[in-house]
Amino acid sequence: MIGTGLLKGLAVTARNFAGSFHDPKRFVTTQYPEERTKLPEAYRNFPFLVSESADDPMGTLRCVACQICEKECPPQCILIEKSSDKKPDANGRMQLYPKIFDIDTAVCMSCQICVEVCPFDAIKMDQVFEIAATDRFTGLILDRQALAKPDSYFHQIRPTEAAEVEGRLAEGRRAAQEKARAAAAKAAPAAPAEPPAAPSAEAAKPPRPPA
Amino acid sequence: MIPGAPTGDTLLERAPVLLRDWLVGFLPGPARWAAGSLLMIVAILAVFGTLFAFLTLAERKILARVQNRPGPNRTGWFGLLQPFADGVKMLTKEDIVPRAADPVLHFLAPVALIAFSLLTFAVIPYGRHLVPVDLDSSILYFFAAGTATELAVFMAGWASHNKFALLAAMRALAQLISYELPLLLSVVPVVLATGTLSATGVVAAQSGWKWDLVPRWVVFTPWGAAGFVIFMISALAESNRSPFDLPEAESELIAGHLTEYSGFKYALFFMAEYFGMCALSGMAVTLFLGGWHAPLPLLEFIPSYVWFAVKLLALLLGFIWIRATLPRLRIDQLTRLAWKFLVPLALVNLATAAFWSLSAPWPGPLQLLRWAVALGLVAGPFLLLSRGLTAGLRPRVYRYA
Repeated sequence: MIGTGLLKGLAVTARNFAGSFHDPKRFVTTQYPEERTKLPEAYRNFPFLVSESADDPMGTLRCVACQICEKECPPQCILIEKSSDKKPDANGRMQLYPKIFDIDTAVCMSCQICVEVCPFDAIKMDQVFEIAATDRFTGLILDRQALAKPDSYFHQIRPTEAAEVEGRLAEGRRAAQEKARAAAAKAAPAAPAEPPAAPSAEAAKPPRPPA
Repeated sequence: MIPGAPTGDTLLERAPVLLRDWLVGFLPGPARWAAGSLLMIVAILAVFGTLFAFLTLAERKILARVQNRPGPNRTGWFGLLQPFADGVKMLTKEDIVPRAADPVLHFLAPVALIAFSLLTFAVIPYGRHLVPVDLDSSILYFFAAGTATELAVFMAGWASHNKFALLAAMRALAQLISYELPLLLSVVPVVLATGTLSATGVVAAQSGWKWDLVPRWVVFTPWGAAGFVIFMISALAESNRSPFDLPEAESELIAGHLTEYSGFKYALFFMAEYFGMCALSGMAVTLFLGGWHAPLPLLEFIPSYVWFAVKLLALLLGFIWIRATLPRLRIDQLTRLAWKFLVPLALVNLATAAFWSLSAPWPGPLQLLRWAVALGLVAGPFLLLSRGLTAGLRPRVYRYA
């Protein structure tokens, strides 16, 4: 009969109206600036640079200025300038570091390709989405000071991925140390083997590289 | 026209009239009549202006709740200051008049619209002693003034010199004229049964209770109930409300006849829409829901204007509820509903009302027959016509989706 559908529809809206007052499952709005929802771990927007220590972010950047991300970046929002000197990296090897590392977040499309291609796990995706600026030309370009965030922050926002990266880095360090030890043994076969206590202890616990 | 202060009612019932007489009493004799009339106009503007402001807020809150959102809640307690924020926004916005528009008509349209929709408030009996203008043919006057708003809508569409505005104005005209007919035809039985064209007369005819329990309101008769439903459907269309808001169908016509209006002129159109809705609801209360009469004898201590307000608000909330529920009709569905369904039903309803009036003196047992015949006269045509309306219509089958 004509009209029954209308009544059914009115019943549906009435149920929703009443339900929004007592059923939290229906009423899902979060009052944003005051309340916040927990972001999913995989949420990403713009990249940041991982530094080993929070105290000296510029001295402990994992980035070695290899410029792979700069070349791979589809919208070309990364600008890197290599340093002229070298500093020891996490594995104790002497490496270049970025003198300039800028990301234009107005251009970045959050594709995460820079993260995928980085062989040093030096660039990761951040979760900070409140980066509004009053000047769209310079305000949205983040330099390396603004981009650098400590490894502990990475562990905090993305524990699963951070643990995986941690394991990989520890593995790399262990391999490097074993290689160094083998090379040392080869160079001095006659000499008695040095006690490997210090390096192995270092390998068990991922070391913080010297500043 | 200022009748003397009424006596014999509770103080609360007479309070508005006493207040007016007290204020007017400060003036010299000849100015009292004009001052009293002016005071009534100011009171209507203030009451319905405030009602409009908070109705927009209530509408937004209720629509939001139906969609499981909180609605506006940033301005003041529960967003109560939102209407004032909106008002300030509307007042401070730039008023743009298109270069190609007719400047006089473009300006005149919102003014005429708001004027005509305010005119309709003059004759509604808001309470026992609260009738601004008690005309002998106030129902006729009400619908004449209400119909004149169509002129203003077309004026707006034509003067804007915009194809969307003009198309919307044509649509609005087609819709308003189509629905004017069932609207008036649903009122005719009330006039026929009560034998008066005066709104106060209709309200007086609905006084009293059957067995001291059931009010003698028109809506509690078979033809009255049918007429009420037809009236409310037509009122939805007359006030351009969803699901009949075709003249402002955003997806097709931008904002319809409001496309070229901004700032406070736009707000005036908006206000006129709500005023029209309030006026039609007020008329529905007057004609079908017993006006300002209390539903039960023991509730009569509550002043009559409170009962009118309660009924009016209930109808307005019904409008909002319907808006929250129903999707917009297509133009052919809209006109078909009016011409092939509502108009015939309203005509049959007229016959039902005539039968009801003639069979009033039937003795006891025949009253049951009277009810049966009247209900049959309401339900039979409804079922037959609805079958005709939905013939050949079935859920759409998507073959290639």
